Amino acid sequence: MRKKVIFRGVALPYLLLVPQLAVTIVFFFWPAGMAVWQSTLRQDAFGLRTEFVAFENFLDLFGDALYLNAAWNTVIFSSSVAALALGAALFLAVQADKHIRGAGLYKTLLIWPYAVAPALAAVLWLFIFHPSIGLVGRAFGAIGIDWDYRVNGGQAMTMVVIAAAWKQVSYNFIFFLAGLQSIPTSVLEAAAIDGARPFRRFWTVIFPLLSPTAFFLLVVNLVYAFFDTFGVIHALTRGGPGNATETLIYKVYVDGVQNLNFGSSAAQSVILMVIVIALTAIQFRFIERRVHY
Amino acid sequence: MASLDIKGVQKSFGATRVLHGIDLAIADGEMVVIVGASGCGKSTLLRIVAGLETPTSGQVMIDGLDVTPLEPADRDIAMVFQTYALYPHMTVFDNMAYGLKIRGLPKAEIRQRVQEAAELLSIGQLLERKPRQLSGGQRQRVAMGRAIVRHPKLFLFDEPLSNLDAKLRVQMRAEIRRLQKRLAVTSLFVTHDQVEAMTLGDRLVVMHEGRAAQVGTPMEVWSKPADTYVASFIGSPAMNFLPATLVDGGAAARLSGGTVWRFTDGARPGGEGRPVTIGIRPEHLQQVGADGLALTVELAEPLGSETVLHGRLADGTALTARVPGVAGQEGVALAPEPGALHVFDAETGRRIDPGH
Repeated sequence: MRKKVIFRGVALPYLLLVPQLAVTIVFFFWPAGMAVWQSTLRQDAFGLRTEFVAFENFLDLFGDALYLNAAWNTVIFSSSVAALALGAALFLAVQADKHIRGAGLYKTLLIWPYAVAPALAAVLWLFIFHPSIGLVGRAFGAIGIDWDYRVNGGQAMTMVVIAAAWKQVSYNFIFFLAGLQSIPTSVLEAAAIDGARPFRRFWTVIFPLLSPTAFFLLVVNLVYAFFDTFGVIHALTRGGPGNATETLIYKVYVDGVQNLNFGSSAAQSVILMVIVIALTAIQFRFIERRVHY
Repeated sequence: MASLDIKGVQKSFGATRVLHGIDLAIADGEMVVIVGASGCGKSTLLRIVAGLETPTSGQVMIDGLDVTPLEPADRDIAMVFQTYALYPHMTVFDNMAYGLKIRGLPKAEIRQRVQEAAELLSIGQLLERKPRQLSGGQRQRVAMGRAIVRHPKLFLFDEPLSNLDAKLRVQMRAEIRRLQKRLAVTSLFVTHDQVEAMTLGDRLVVMHEGRAAQVGTPMEVWSKPADTYVASFIGSPAMNFLPATLVDGGAAARLSGGTVWRFTDGARPGGEGRPVTIGIRPEHLQQVGADGLALTVELAEPLGSETVLHGRLADGTALTARVPGVAGQEGVALAPEPGALHVFDAETGRRIDPGH
């Protein structure tokens, strides 16, 4: 039973909403508005003059090879991170859902990486993949692989994808495990009696029943890869070598904070904001519809 | 269609023994109901037959073939679950067709079989719906349909009627029996409801604490219960038990209150003074004149054509009687119908038959 409280008058309800509204206005609407405004401005190199240029910053971006490169990097990076994090988490969740000895410990350990700060996670992977001090990096060298993510863009991308995905596996794991546990055992038993082997049971019963969870996680993971992976990239590669691991969010930082090109950086932020609004809208629109029961 | 043989099946979960060696032979086309209170091991036995649990020892044979080591998928059985266990993401049609698709049957045959089963269960108009759009009774029918289309060797029912309301339960009960007779598929039906057990089974297995207390036809179990547990479990209201001792060379029993009831079906062995428990069903007690057993009525439940009287004897023993018409609210005098007395050993609870 949900209790509905009916207020007399409007003063108290508005007063109760004020803290939340204040936070939203100060930390979201205001900066977002500033970014939108700034994206229409252009400053000279010394910051002495600012002129209104309307959409010119945006038009410049779409003609900029570096920006298009960052966009392409983002597509590769995000889809790889989402695929890797979802795939690994689903596999681990299916294993953890079985009746195994020490399942509780196993589950706890799998949830840990989520508590690790992005920069720490990056350092951890640095110690694994560094060509001269990293465990795996040295092993690669020993078996004759020319491993150095500091000069090889493909290797750098692989490493940031792994580090970023690793952080997200825990989150996905929790949701997948909960999803698996909400599938009634009797349904799986019915499938077994109907003649379905484990592999077939997974693809015809378990996976379809998990698909609402998987879809939700896909959107969450894309948003994560788009926006929350700055720390990992910054600590591992700083967008390099060259611009090989420069994603859209990282380029916002580089252009805005390092190059002090505020107009362009703001325009990039606005584009990212539109993307996240679109992703969220898709999620809200489809998540309800795709639920099976 | 096949016979089913259960041989010495035992099952332990850790140190807890839930089945102490069950032996049961079910003939081709027979419907056997396993009935017992919760925790008696009846569901575990069914799940062992299905292959969802592995017995600690013993064998399950279907049609003479030892299926104990086989997966459920390889046993060619169908099961109807208490929770229906329909695939929530599939339509009714796909739910029923799932097992057939796995077996790689041609599409036309799948369609035909599903249509047949759907007509048999009158769910033809529901084939395109998802389970969540169905009522409990309809879901139950779909679950039955999913079992029927497979043409399995064996039907297993795990309390399939427990989640239905009383009226629907009676209706589905009759329908299951009709279907089972028509299809003549060997069936094992688990329930805790003794009325369901009596009406559905060709034979009953009354289970008690991991043992088969009695196996027999419903009438055998009702008229000659093997022990006091079976006697109290089968029949409603439950049988009355009165402590007594044998007198007159075993030809009669003296109740603890002093009343002597004679056995019309012969003397019981054991002789004078043997402590026994006398069982008498409430419906086998008649109202008589003043020389009957005096019952102080505490509660009278009028059922229309008859009245159930709950009360106490002079020595405080509780007793229930079912008498025709509207009966007195205070005190009645009762006597047993001839031949209606059951005699059990006071210590072991086993039935004592006349003779020997």
